[in-house]
Amino acid sequence: MFTYLLRRICLLVFVLWGVSVLTFTLMYLLPGERARLVAIYRWGYDDLSAKELATLRREIGEDLPFPQQYAWWLGRVARGDLGYSFVTGRPVAAEILARVPATLELAVAAFFFAALTAVPLGIACARRPGSWWDNLLMTGSLIGVAMPNFWLGLLLILIFSLTLDLLPVAGSGGLAHLVLPAFTLGAGMAAVSTRLVRASLLEVLAQDYITMARTKGLGEGEVLWRHALRNALIPVFTVLGLQLNHLVGGTVIVENVFGRAGVGQLMVEAIASRDLPLLQGVVLFLAFCFAGVNLLVDISYTFLDPRIRYGGAKGNE
Amino acid sequence: MSETVITPHVSFHRGELWSAITRDRAAFAGGILVILLVFVALFAPWLAPHDPVRQDLARALLPPGGEYPLGTDEMGRCLLSRVLFGARISLAVGFFVGGLAAILGMFIGLVAGYYGGLLDEVLMRLTDIFMGLPNIVFVLAVVGVLGPGLKHTVLALVVMGWVPFARLVRGSVLSLKEREFVQAARALGFSHWRIMVRHILPHALGPVVVLATLHIPHAILAVAGLSFLGLGVQPPTPEWGAMLNAARSSMRTYPLQMVAPGLMVFLTVLAFNLVGNGLRDALDPRRRSRFTF
Repeated sequence: MFTYLLRRICLLVFVLWGVSVLTFTLMYLLPGERARLVAIYRWGYDDLSAKELATLRREIGEDLPFPQQYAWWLGRVARGDLGYSFVTGRPVAAEILARVPATLELAVAAFFFAALTAVPLGIACARRPGSWWDNLLMTGSLIGVAMPNFWLGLLLILIFSLTLDLLPVAGSGGLAHLVLPAFTLGAGMAAVSTRLVRASLLEVLAQDYITMARTKGLGEGEVLWRHALRNALIPVFTVLGLQLNHLVGGTVIVENVFGRAGVGQLMVEAIASRDLPLLQGVVLFLAFCFAGVNLLVDISYTFLDPRIRYGGAKGNE
Repeated sequence: MSETVITPHVSFHRGELWSAITRDRAAFAGGILVILLVFVALFAPWLAPHDPVRQDLARALLPPGGEYPLGTDEMGRCLLSRVLFGARISLAVGFFVGGLAAILGMFIGLVAGYYGGLLDEVLMRLTDIFMGLPNIVFVLAVVGVLGPGLKHTVLALVVMGWVPFARLVRGSVLSLKEREFVQAARALGFSHWRIMVRHILPHALGPVVVLATLHIPHAILAVAGLSFLGLGVQPPTPEWGAMLNAARSSMRTYPLQMVAPGLMVFLTVLAFNLVGNGLRDALDPRRRSRFTF
């Protein structure tokens, strides 16, 4: 188990390094562009003379060769210094941290909504495959998977806010502001996960040891809860990890639809205003969180699946 | 959407596959829907009653009916025509990104799995890095640096898209290259290229087709989402996501405007998902019976 975790952590460090190179290279691909943006921010114009441009480029380190620039930048990032926003002039790290609560709230609410609907519904379907509720839920989940979250969000606003006047249209704040966004973000995840819980449980229920448990006279309830479910939930867990990808992507869109001041919305703002340091910071920050949560998922595997705990790495190879 | 749910290299006979698909009514319906959408995209100029970009402010925000079956938008453009033309961009992007990502990833995975060693190690660590970044974050980063627009969005989607294909194909190749028929081909002195393309690739192709089919709606959703954020396709080009974004401003006064574009995205994604799921079930005998996922 220890070697497994060590391997995961090494991979994590490597991935983060790779992402930092990738992020930095993207910005590096624009020679002169950074200096021009700095000029606009400082003086409000960018028609600098060649000499002024050269001075500015030297000042912000843009004339150095790639490896040196990268090392300089990485050193600063390691100390938590992500630079300053072109638009507000405030530290990028502070800008991001100010937006974290709104995003975290949304992501956690959506995740729990998805998990708490998917597991019971999936079990219900798997217990009676082909029943009317199984057919109904499977059709519903097909719709849920194909539903674009930006459209779902707009429709929900239209119905619950504009027509029925039950919930606020946009903004962040209390619980009432969270209901529609969390549902919008969680619905797709719930749909995918329900299908997965069902498929995975059906597969486990068809195995010999379940037949054995039934043969020796255990009740259906005990077979399900004590024997089948634990094994069926391992692949579900994997997919909840994979869903993280959709969760992050969905956050960006849902925050935009509902006007929540979160990290995703910050990223869209940074792109719209060509605020490169801010954009770079957000990308790194999100990659960091993404990798961190993935590691947590891997660690929790070792508790769920003894096969990993005792050597046989079943990870991502 | 995820590589984990596809079992590699199940070989099939063409007739068997066809009968499995026609028996699967959901996949069949999805297929018909896809054909209809392709038809709409190809013949949009003949099907559309008006020019999709011509503005006429005197006829802005007309309700549905009469000359404009779905009404007009805030610029007085015919909504039906715009929705029909919107199929062109979405389907073109879907097929292009899905196809190119599949071909790129297939060859990278083939080479990595076949040659192994350092090359394999480098390529696979590269996939680790790409998978360490949430897709949309990478796409947004590229668009943020290069500037908004369809071209940059598609570029980012392709650069990101090959990864799952490469991992999938590499996995299949690793087990296929130990099989007798590959050893026989090697003993016959065939070139590496010929063994890879003619002998190994056909056996690894099935899951790739499934993944590619499921990758198409993924790309369509990404482009529509980015256009919705105002970072993808730019107005006045008719595109569903961008149309929804424009519809937001007149949401209180004219909510009907956002029904059609959203419905089209939904139907398109649903159609490709149905076909993809059907193909996967047809290729995997284990799932063919009652375990429909």
